Amino acid sequence: MSFPWAEQYTPKHPFMKYMDERLPLPRLVYNSVGAGYPTPRNLNFFWNFGSLAGLALVIQIITGIVLAMHYAANTDIAFASVEYIMRDVNSGWLLRYLHANGASFFFLVLYIHMFRGLYYSSYKPPREVVWLLGLVIFLLAMATAFMGYVLPWGQMSFWGAQVITGLFSAIPLIGEALHTWLLGGFSPDNATLNRFFSLHYLLPFVIAGVIILHIWALHLPGSSNPTGIDVKGPQDTVPFHPYYTAKDGFGVGVFLILLAIMVFFLPNYLGHADNYIEANRLSTPANIVPEWYFWPFYAILRAFTVDFILPAKLWGVIAMFGSIILLFFLPWLDKSPVRSGNYRPQFKIWFWVLVVDVVVLGYCGGSHAEQPYLMISQLATMYYFAHFLIILPIISRTERPRPLPNSITEAVLGKDDSVTGGAAQPAPAE
Amino acid sequence: MVRIIGFLVGIGFVVVLGYSLIVGAIAYVGNPPVETAEHEFHREPEPVGFSSDGPLGRFDRQQLQRGFQVYKEVCAACHSLRYVAFRNLKDLGFTEPEVDAIADQWQIQIPSVNPETGEDDTRPALASDHFPSPFANETAARAANNNALPPDLSLITKARHGGAPYVYSLLTGYRNPPAELPEEARPGTGLYYNPYFANLNLAMAPPLVADGQVAYADGTEATIEQMSRDVSAFLIWTAEPKMEDRKSLGWAVLIFLVIGTVLAWLAYQNVWRDIKH
Repeated sequence: MSFPWAEQYTPKHPFMKYMDERLPLPRLVYNSVGAGYPTPRNLNFFWNFGSLAGLALVIQIITGIVLAMHYAANTDIAFASVEYIMRDVNSGWLLRYLHANGASFFFLVLYIHMFRGLYYSSYKPPREVVWLLGLVIFLLAMATAFMGYVLPWGQMSFWGAQVITGLFSAIPLIGEALHTWLLGGFSPDNATLNRFFSLHYLLPFVIAGVIILHIWALHLPGSSNPTGIDVKGPQDTVPFHPYYTAKDGFGVGVFLILLAIMVFFLPNYLGHADNYIEANRLSTPANIVPEWYFWPFYAILRAFTVDFILPAKLWGVIAMFGSIILLFFLPWLDKSPVRSGNYRPQFKIWFWVLVVDVVVLGYCGGSHAEQPYLMISQLATMYYFAHFLIILPIISRTERPRPLPNSITEAVLGKDDSVTGGAAQPAPAE
Repeated sequence: MVRIIGFLVGIGFVVVLGYSLIVGAIAYVGNPPVETAEHEFHREPEPVGFSSDGPLGRFDRQQLQRGFQVYKEVCAACHSLRYVAFRNLKDLGFTEPEVDAIADQWQIQIPSVNPETGEDDTRPALASDHFPSPFANETAARAANNNALPPDLSLITKARHGGAPYVYSLLTGYRNPPAELPEEARPGTGLYYNPYFANLNLAMAPPLVADGQVAYADGTEATIEQMSRDVSAFLIWTAEPKMEDRKSLGWAVLIFLVIGTVLAWLAYQNVWRDIKH
């Protein structure tokens, strides 16, 4: 793995030599995130978000483990135990606000990471498996976040669980039985809360395992870069440490500042007021909405309002899962040999339309399921599917890409010093 | 092959969505949604400010004590405060003996068991007890309140859109229904018109009806507006007693992080100074 010019790990201290011959863990670290991993020299700030996603997961796991020491997964006392954490556990409010806002930041960072992958076509050969594993992580994170939101046993927890688990009952023939089996009852109750707690604790460690595979698969071809062209020689790369550890360090600082602003000054801004009301199966909230990071998918789910051969609800479920499943086929739908969107004039236009489209979907998903939001989300959902399944395969054939630079180094040094000298620009260095 | 199947699937979704869209659009044009009275007459909370607002906001302890007095003398007749303990009142500036006295003399006693006979009994509250509920259970609460359930107030400013300004607006917002209010939106028996409430008609009778309803010890004039403001401030505190800790720790953390991030930026610039990228 890696490039032949990668720096070699040479332990100097006798103890490190001793370790290297028995358990070469320092060597693994050195070759993964140390000087032994040659990285393209031209990565922009969009390449910070992988490590930030890892950091966000670590924050979730650490705060989550401590919260679990104080939380009680029982429908009679779950809500009260959360208030106990907020009021009587030392710094419990900090743990809980960090965990709740940390989930939002995890998804924010994941979405920017995926945006990067889509714009620079990081899913193309030889990195298809990196992309597929990333999508597995995304799905696991969605399941984890959904189940975590149920744990406080507030009104949105309960009704969110009711709506989302209810989707399974749309499946023909086995739907009802599957629904009952998943919930451990006919509606969310103590059995549901307990299994959600168990899985919510388990899945982050599964995510951590898939992240290891994700990084392993990435480090075979090495990181992609904003030009999308392959590394040609040693002049195209810099050692990961200290160059990208320093850059990631700065990214971590910015990330933590933004997280701290939310946690300490706007801790409930991203939450829903109804979740401070204890779950009540006899009182349905006026507007059942999931957390913001599910809104685009929720809009797709609700966009199907008319039965057409299949029931509308089943269409919605198929489309909602389909909207993510289709991303698994992206490496084979987009056959353009050019990776970076910078060199694909048509792709670039459609791509930005897609970004706006997903934001519109998100807005509709957070609104009431009424007109005109339904019509807007129907149009936006049409574009979402058309983009990936129709437009992208066609333009990958018809488009005439702009000329690519001969090498990363040429792309970097062929520019005026005054432009490329500043490292602060998040814009891709071309 | 993948692209052919994908193309067909894409066309399929577009067709089904297009069908839904057309059906919805025809219904929308032929039968446009009418504005409901709930929507037309509903009012957003008044923009009232509290000393605890903003990143530097602090509680006004005098105000919290006045608000507590309003809760104790007015709201507590129907509304529980189950996540707050008497001991928490020390945060409002009450001394330990004062807290003990408040708990001991609280109008409702704590359900308990007679240590001699084992039968149900009650005992005076201790500082370590949470505020006892005015009703034994939900059925009793509904029976005493025209089948409406007075919500617990511990988290009310977090559990309602609009927060404390909403509580304030609701308390001061009772009025006679406007003449143009349609018949079906008028308050029924046992309901009171209040435009700040989502469906305009509230089961809670106006709780603060006269200036001077509560005799403030600190000499503040107890107008309805003042009492509403004070009890709303008190309910901000009950919803989040650790708010001041949160904000002061926040500033310390932010200052630390900004310094750390500036250093990280300088380190980044220093490491990369010889590499064009």
